[in-house]
Amino acid sequence: MAADDVAQTVRQISQQILTAGELMAGGTLALVGIRRRGEILAQRIAAAIYTETNRTLEVGALDITMYRDDVVGNRSIIIPMGTEMNFRIDDRPVLLLDDVLHTGRSVRAALDALVDFGRPRFIRLAVLVDRGGREFPISADFVGRRLEVPDKSRVRVSLKPIDSDDAVFVESTTPATGGDSR
Amino acid sequence: MTQTTTWTRPHLLTLEELSREEIFAVLDTAQALKEVSTRSIKKVPALRGKVVVNLFFEDSTRTRTSFRLAAQRMSADVVDFSVSTSSVSKGETLVDTARSIVAMGVDAIIIRHRSSGAPEVLSRLVQCSVINAGDGSHEHPTQGLLDLFTMREACERRGKKISDLHVAIVGDIANSRVARSNLWALSKLGAKVTLVGPTTLCPSAFTEFGAHVTHDLDSILGEVDVINMLRVQFERLTSAAFPSVREYSRYFGLNEERLKRCRKDVLVLHPGPMNRGLEITSAVADGEKSAILRQVSNGLAVRMAVLYLCIGAGSFQNNAS
Repeated sequence: MAADDVAQTVRQISQQILTAGELMAGGTLALVGIRRRGEILAQRIAAAIYTETNRTLEVGALDITMYRDDVVGNRSIIIPMGTEMNFRIDDRPVLLLDDVLHTGRSVRAALDALVDFGRPRFIRLAVLVDRGGREFPISADFVGRRLEVPDKSRVRVSLKPIDSDDAVFVESTTPATGGDSR
Repeated sequence: MTQTTTWTRPHLLTLEELSREEIFAVLDTAQALKEVSTRSIKKVPALRGKVVVNLFFEDSTRTRTSFRLAAQRMSADVVDFSVSTSSVSKGETLVDTARSIVAMGVDAIIIRHRSSGAPEVLSRLVQCSVINAGDGSHEHPTQGLLDLFTMREACERRGKKISDLHVAIVGDIANSRVARSNLWALSKLGAKVTLVGPTTLCPSAFTEFGAHVTHDLDSILGEVDVINMLRVQFERLTSAAFPSVREYSRYFGLNEERLKRCRKDVLVLHPGPMNRGLEITSAVADGEKSAILRQVSNGLAVRMAVLYLCIGAGSFQNNAS
């Protein structure tokens, strides 16, 4: 996917969120992105919804490092970046965002992390790309693009300003490790 | 997702051996973990199922409590092992004590010992992480790191970097492990360090390690960004290192009058416990320039980070072997 496709997909997801209704009813919706690219996605969707409806949403960034199931004994130690959520999630709809949905392990970790911050009314999941290959019983409520990708391939998402450009690549050569492509 | 580092150390023994990058790895991890202590659920599951032992051969309240709380916030189980209640008082050696603790299946030993180098010896003999919580007059790495963390926080508010800082460390330099850990870390990050104390407690030999040395506190007050006031350690002073407490206080104590001659944005640190009225007056310790309580809360985040990094690296190496 090139930059145009990424932008278009973000608009689509934003539209789906608005159409779904339940997210925009009740308390102010919180968009919580899994660091780091889910966070960018959350910011962009919040901006798109603001442009469309003039409504401001809460945007947070969730660091799931301490909740991963391979945090200790991992091949390399990850330096966490910290969670930044300057709002309470109690009794409010929360939309969790990530760039790629693969094994579902990151989402599992994110759900555990989220409930440590409070008791949301409900949590929904939106992803830019669903590449299949689930290891946990998790599915997304909003999917930008579904990709049929062989198990061994890696889906890599680039998003500005972390990366130099917006793009989604499928790489056939892969490091010999499992886990989420994040 | 995040930066992965070069952190591969199962042990934290000294700051002397850490690289700049490793020091920043600890500080960045601590920065991320600080938020955990502000939640209503002050816990993350990272070290679930890991066992941490506090093995303290010297008295300590805050360091031991801080490590204990840090381990609990990372979801590790903690066992407190203190000398008075242990077989050490029956004559057991350090290594035998440690080995029998490890045989119970622990993942990290946090050790404080009066002999310099004890943690290093231990790290070569046991199959678990060893974290130095202060060894003799050698090093107190987590104190050095939390001092650094507190300075970095202050820098961020002032738009400065640690390499811009001039730090004075004042007091019993010769017997201080805190001074040594601070000196190593600060020099590595490019800060200027001046050691201050009476000639008997502040040997000029420290200039060989890149520090400046002066015996006149008043001469540098106006130019330092940070003053780290060390505790006068009566338990380590063997002979008359200074004529009287009163004289020490007069020449090297930090009081309001001296503080007025410091820069407006000066930061006052003290590793605790304080001898109020001796090396620092209550007005200064409780005043607005003082970061002493921030040091204590930052210490918790730093120790959470150290446990995460060392136990993480240790488990990886055990799995690999």
